[in-house]
Amino acid sequence: MGTLPAPDLAREWLTTMTLIRRFEERAGEMYARAKIGGFLHLSIGEEATIVGSARALRDSDYLISTYRSHGHALVRGTPPEKVMAELFGRVDGCSGGRGGSMHMFDLANRFMGGYGIVGGNLPIAAGIALASDYRGSDEVTLCTFGDGASNQGTFGETLNLAALWKLPVVFMVTNNQFGMGTALRRHSAVTDLQRKGESLGVPGMRCDGMDILDTHAVLVEAVQRVREDRRPVLVEAVTYRFRGHSMADPEQYRTKAEVAHWQERDPIPAFAGLLVREGVIDAAEPQRIDAEALARVDAAVAFAEDSPFPAPESLYDDVYVLGPEVRGWYSMPTSEETANPPYAGAETGQSAEAMNDEIPQRLTHALAAGEDSGEGPAGDS
Amino acid sequence: MAQMRYREALNAALREELARDERVILMGEDIGVFGGAFKVTDGLLEQFGERRVRDTPISENTIVGVGVGAAMTGLRPVVELMTINFALLAFDQIVNHAAHIHYMFGGQVSVPLVVRMPQGAGHQLGPTHSHCLEAMFLHVPGLLVAVPATAADAKGLLKSAIREENPVIFIEHESLYGVRGEVPEDEDHVVHFGLARVAREGSDVTIVGVSRMAVTAERAAETLAAEHGVQAEVIDPRTLRPLDLDTILASVRKTNHCVIVEEGWPHGGVGANLAALVGEQAFDDLDAPVQRVTGADVPMPYSKPLEDIAYPHEPHIVHAALAALNLAPRTGASSGTPATPRRAAR
Repeated sequence: MGTLPAPDLAREWLTTMTLIRRFEERAGEMYARAKIGGFLHLSIGEEATIVGSARALRDSDYLISTYRSHGHALVRGTPPEKVMAELFGRVDGCSGGRGGSMHMFDLANRFMGGYGIVGGNLPIAAGIALASDYRGSDEVTLCTFGDGASNQGTFGETLNLAALWKLPVVFMVTNNQFGMGTALRRHSAVTDLQRKGESLGVPGMRCDGMDILDTHAVLVEAVQRVREDRRPVLVEAVTYRFRGHSMADPEQYRTKAEVAHWQERDPIPAFAGLLVREGVIDAAEPQRIDAEALARVDAAVAFAEDSPFPAPESLYDDVYVLGPEVRGWYSMPTSEETANPPYAGAETGQSAEAMNDEIPQRLTHALAAGEDSGEGPAGDS
Repeated sequence: MAQMRYREALNAALREELARDERVILMGEDIGVFGGAFKVTDGLLEQFGERRVRDTPISENTIVGVGVGAAMTGLRPVVELMTINFALLAFDQIVNHAAHIHYMFGGQVSVPLVVRMPQGAGHQLGPTHSHCLEAMFLHVPGLLVAVPATAADAKGLLKSAIREENPVIFIEHESLYGVRGEVPEDEDHVVHFGLARVAREGSDVTIVGVSRMAVTAERAAETLAAEHGVQAEVIDPRTLRPLDLDTILASVRKTNHCVIVEEGWPHGGVGANLAALVGEQAFDDLDAPVQRVTGADVPMPYSKPLEDIAYPHEPHIVHAALAALNLAPRTGASSGTPATPRRAAR
């Protein structure tokens, strides 16, 4: 158990946890109403893990996450409107409607993405940390992944490489007890997950992921160690997701009694109760915070509803970064529905009409030169 | 111009770009102390140090993923994979991440990553070290694919690749590493992606040769001229994405005959793709079906006589060109010696 933070911080933590909870609940409703497609993985129950760990970071640090990433976007400061719009597949979504639930991204807030491949984000985290080190900065990367990911090859490969190269990564395994529907003891020979990095030269730590104070205290220590020692650590956050793996989960692999047992430790009322008992907030404050969260989520839904779907002609946008000169054929759409994106042959200076006369519609260059400045974050090093 | 080997040209490109841009780093298995499995990176560790030339553990998927993350946050990593077959271990990071991150995150970041690897048969390395898999990478939107066949293009394209904002799969050929050629010494000389090289001009038949097959096709064209009076135009596309289809189509419209030569497998191969494009775009200009010459539809065998007939050689290209011109019997996608059954698999 860590110590209470300053009142403003404590209030902010409770507010953000509540926002994530209400956001996820509403997302589930919107999914049931077919406003959201695909898979939807909610982090209800894991709010203390998310907020407690992210609040151990500086704004200049990086956070990288998994397909269960709405909360990570929100905790980094991505407006709920943009997260909900992404779920709705709208143009104002934080990934422009290209990513969906599993692929949130917000470069400005250094949220380096949700990734749909289990374990796929670990090597990327090491690469981000390598770039931080290379630039001589003291930035840290917090890489979260699930207990299931600890069995992937990238887990062993990346922890080894990060220890070998002394990369500043906090690997945080969010142990929510299940890899999809397979219980920890049925998918991992070693269930003491914090020890899984020992043979790779990565020391382990553990926090109670249902307790935001403990999570924050352990992650503060982990982040500080990594920042100062420039070596990775592995933190196991022990938590539980109250909802299914995704919305398509009948939850036949666990009992209602087990879920109810964990729900008794619901991190949000636990923290709210503590703050009231300690006199940090008055007894009515949790309700006010909850009402604000609900209003915020209402606004997010309204925003998402109002945001248009991406235009059909944008289908080929951002497949490639195109510089001022475009030579050769990048993309080749083959169906009539997609046969009419804007066309330009920049290197010849010909008009789109003239080029189209020569080359049938079924083939097209990628989007016009000049659409994209080609300025990625590569420019800031 | 200077005479240098293909591997030396690659080395020069890496050396120049490392010197030119502090953001460029190299990563790969045995690229540093060992100097590279094929000696492409020889001497670079000594010149640029361990911070920029990094020996890695044998962890292909993770090495490429580290390259993706570093590229997203400002570096320009060049990752070497020891052979193209090993790239299959990294397919997750290459396809799901390197190729798709710019798109799936709405254009917020780019991935200026180069993944270099050699391919090709001829060294008796058997079914896990010898294949030509450029078609697998060509398939993926978001990737660029370079297949240099000459020392000059090896240097010029690699310099372009390192300066590219998109992820590049840079496919070298094991059999070309020792081949010499004239290479521009100008450090600002680059070969732009999406521009084919017309290796030989001709009016009778267009031969498109991919990777090493551009070299084999040039030799076949000399034989066609000397022994059959056939003037073949040989086109080396140099990059498969972006593809300079315009140059290929212009040639086909001139010669009215087309042969496509690749070392990889026939099904879903580069030739199948190009034949479809030429058929769609220049059907009325063709006097005969497009002929394909490909590797045999088998895992690459070890035994020398078998390996020899499992990938195309000059006579196959000559035969295919003559067949396109109705001067020899037509076949399906051909490989092995002309006498090898080409549709043997049952």
